[in-house]
Amino acid sequence: MKWLRWLVPSVALLVVLALGWVLFGGSRSRPTPPVASKVVAATLRDPALIAKGEYLAAVGDCAGCHTEQGGARYAGGRALATPFGNIPVPNITPDRVTGLGDWSFEDFWQALHSGKGRHGELLYPAFSYTSYTKVNHDDALAIFAYLQSLAPVHQPAVAPALAFPYSVRNSLKAWRALYFREGEFKPDPAQSAEWNRGAYLVQGLGHCNECHAARDMLGGTPQDVHLTGGQIPMQNWYAPDLSARKNGGLEGWSAQDIVDLLKTGQSAKGVAFGPMAAVVSGSTQHISDTDLRAIASYLQSLPPRAPMAEPGTPFDARTLSTQGEKVYAKHCADCHGKRGEGVAGVYPPLDGNSSVTEPTGINATRMVLLGGFAPVTAANQRPYSMPPFAQQLSDGEVAAVVTYIRRAWSNKALIVRAEAVSDYRHTPVD
Amino acid sequence: MTTNARTCPVRSFSVATLLAIVLLPGAPARAADTGDTPPIPDTLQQRIAACTSCHGVHGEGRPGSGYFPRLAGKPAGYLARQLQDFQNGLRKYAPMEYTVRQLPPAYMREIAEYFAVQQVPYARSPLPPVSAATLARGEELIAKGDPARKIPACSSCHGSQLTGVEPSTPGLVGLPYDYISAQLGSWRTHTRATVAPDCMAEVASRLGESDITAVAAALASRELPADTHAQPAGSVTPPLSCGVLGATGDPS
Repeated sequence: MKWLRWLVPSVALLVVLALGWVLFGGSRSRPTPPVASKVVAATLRDPALIAKGEYLAAVGDCAGCHTEQGGARYAGGRALATPFGNIPVPNITPDRVTGLGDWSFEDFWQALHSGKGRHGELLYPAFSYTSYTKVNHDDALAIFAYLQSLAPVHQPAVAPALAFPYSVRNSLKAWRALYFREGEFKPDPAQSAEWNRGAYLVQGLGHCNECHAARDMLGGTPQDVHLTGGQIPMQNWYAPDLSARKNGGLEGWSAQDIVDLLKTGQSAKGVAFGPMAAVVSGSTQHISDTDLRAIASYLQSLPPRAPMAEPGTPFDARTLSTQGEKVYAKHCADCHGKRGEGVAGVYPPLDGNSSVTEPTGINATRMVLLGGFAPVTAANQRPYSMPPFAQQLSDGEVAAVVTYIRRAWSNKALIVRAEAVSDYRHTPVD
Repeated sequence: MTTNARTCPVRSFSVATLLAIVLLPGAPARAADTGDTPPIPDTLQQRIAACTSCHGVHGEGRPGSGYFPRLAGKPAGYLARQLQDFQNGLRKYAPMEYTVRQLPPAYMREIAEYFAVQQVPYARSPLPPVSAATLARGEELIAKGDPARKIPACSSCHGSQLTGVEPSTPGLVGLPYDYISAQLGSWRTHTRATVAPDCMAEVASRLGESDITAVAAALASRELPADTHAQPAGSVTPPLSCGVLGATGDPS
């Protein structure tokens, strides 16, 4: 009867698609030529505006997606893998043929704010306009001025490879009706200026919620789900909950801990790794101390979370943990400490570390398999690293040691089985 | 105070510890309450555990495994170039690409130099059963190449003793058969490449399957020369122009 579980959502999807088509049927707009733009060319050449845009482009980590491995920055040329197919990442340098050279600010604003291309075509939300819509006009203008100041790079986009019905752009009408609320960030007058600045950056340009919230089967995040953590589709890492209060993923983190992690890649509570290591290196280390404190202030205001159900003790948990304790003593304790306390500034603690205890066990498992360097930042240019254990430990040994660290000391998370380790061993590294 | 910080169990945050941390930034770090865990040395060797767990603490490689090549004694320019090529996706091997993806050029250079100066004895790896004729063909390719097919001799670039040439040409002796044949195959399938003009890709594209078996077997079975250091820079005149050696033109 497994197919029944898929039938209902599939039918629902088709109904929603059809409705979207009928309700929001085809209007297309024309591009605004740069000469007809309200923004004069001299404005876009203002060095102060360009400098501001460069900073904001770093905050938004635009280069993180819009740069191919080994390629020119912002020149696109790669495809972003999604559960619905591969979506080409465009060139946003001012090349006239393959980039934004012929774009006006109005075109750019329509993309960033409304999620529509130059010709009014609906953009795939792999471009996180669900967040960028909150960016205000002045900041968008600065980013546009910066992008237009780059050296043009001629690089055509790769071809899209999306499965039906996602290959039909108008199917996005239904998606947008469900998940997209267009509108700039509205400050909350009851909160401080610092809090509002943090909320603006986290919800808008920072697009933190795009990873740090679970997506449903249509790849959307319901409007009321905010930074509660989720598995990142395709990449298969778990982006933890970001509440610093009771039962939150950052429970016990001070504002300074949050600032430290974003600035240097590590804090007394943990080290950024996987996709977050790239975010720290490419983006957050460049954020000003004032803005980082604002971000921390906002994250610290996120509400407490409901306690996770206390996991039962499966019959094999004790065996796994006992075996894992031996693996831990042999391979892990020298760096992470016998009690999982870590070494300040060098190796992260594992006790009370939400990346160890997150619901899925993916992060700890993949860290054991892959190892790797802590993020490279101006504050940590020669980071320490962890050996990859994929070659040294069997699936069973990895499952045992991960189960041990998830249940030792004050940690109380679910066990990880060898079958899951086998899956993650074959997850593509990207 | 160094001695104090190294040997006394630090159970409380004493004034001496505080002074040691303030005055000796290079002092080994350790968890505040663990006298029983050895301190973490502030050395490059400690920092690059991600490298040494597969390639060996001194870059000796894992000869028995067939992969995880020896890094010790290879020219620093060559090693740094490989890290860059992995980072840029020219050379494909997911675990290496993942490990080096963030590293800045200065750190990669430092890591390359660490392995370049290591001196450890070479170990021999098992050879597949190959005929004497195959080995002879391999030796011919190494010493003379195959002029009819425009295949240069290995020794014309990699040095008369095949120990490499400073600063950017690797040695070929003491490498496992599996590793050499896999690399030559990778050049042919473009999962290993380097900056243009990619002369080694040219050479590999001219080799047939049987040539690869022959040359890999011959290289892996060669006796090691007394001096395994790379030859000095400028001591060979490569027959092809190679991007890794600073050339910018056509490879042939």
